[in-house]
Amino acid sequence: MPPHNNRPAPLRWLRAIALELYGLFVDDGLFAAAIVAWLALTLIAAHTHLSPRWRALALPAGLAAILIESLLRFTNARRK
Amino acid sequence: MILLFGMRWLRKAILRAAGLIPLHDEAAAFAKNTAAMRAANSSAPAKAASAFLIPDKLAFAASFHITMLEGAEVVFLVIALGAGGPLAPAAAGAALAALTVAALGLALHRPLARVPENTLKFIVGVLLSAFGTFWVGEGAAVAWPGSDLAILSLIALWLIVAAEMVAVTRARSTHPAVVG
Repeated sequence: MPPHNNRPAPLRWLRAIALELYGLFVDDGLFAAAIVAWLALTLIAAHTHLSPRWRALALPAGLAAILIESLLRFTNARRK
Repeated sequence: MILLFGMRWLRKAILRAAGLIPLHDEAAAFAKNTAAMRAANSSAPAKAASAFLIPDKLAFAASFHITMLEGAEVVFLVIALGAGGPLAPAAAGAALAALTVAALGLALHRPLARVPENTLKFIVGVLLSAFGTFWVGEGAAVAWPGSDLAILSLIALWLIVAAEMVAVTRARSTHPAVVG
């Protein structure tokens, strides 16, 4: 039996609620982490001398690349 | 938040459209879960005192779980969409949607099996991703070409990427990997 089954009921409920909420945003942990990292970089880049026009291109391009990578990784894992 | 949410939906909708994960069969899920709940309910009859307040605890728990989960999604979307200012229209839209769903549920009394759920999720995923990208850009002082009209370009971009990826992932999944 997993150790968390011995916890008091309120803790188990809180854990279940936390897991459900986490599941609303995350299917693929690497995918979610990459999006957050790219958004952080975008915000950091706002304080650099990088042109706002270039940042307007880089933001969606990076996000699209993250989506494509996640989908290809999923497909490759299924083919193995 | 809206971007994480939208891109997660879009990723899942692409994988479903490509046949890599099964389409959501609402009727089958409903039949399976109601059968399991009926079996559980018959083996554990409710006590008289608590039955007065909540006649069917299992149905109450299931309804609460579903409503809480879907409701949390709605709350996140309303906050994300309304954070820039138009919170009242976003909340009004959510309230109207809740009333519509409740009315449909009462009228139909069965799962909405004919609603093309994956198509809807695909479209919503594209829209949330596009709006999310735009607003993140606004927050990061990005100079969008065409100002607010850039949203249309972003919708087109996500739509093209998603449609292409459905084709690519479907093709890759039907061709076995070369081992060597």
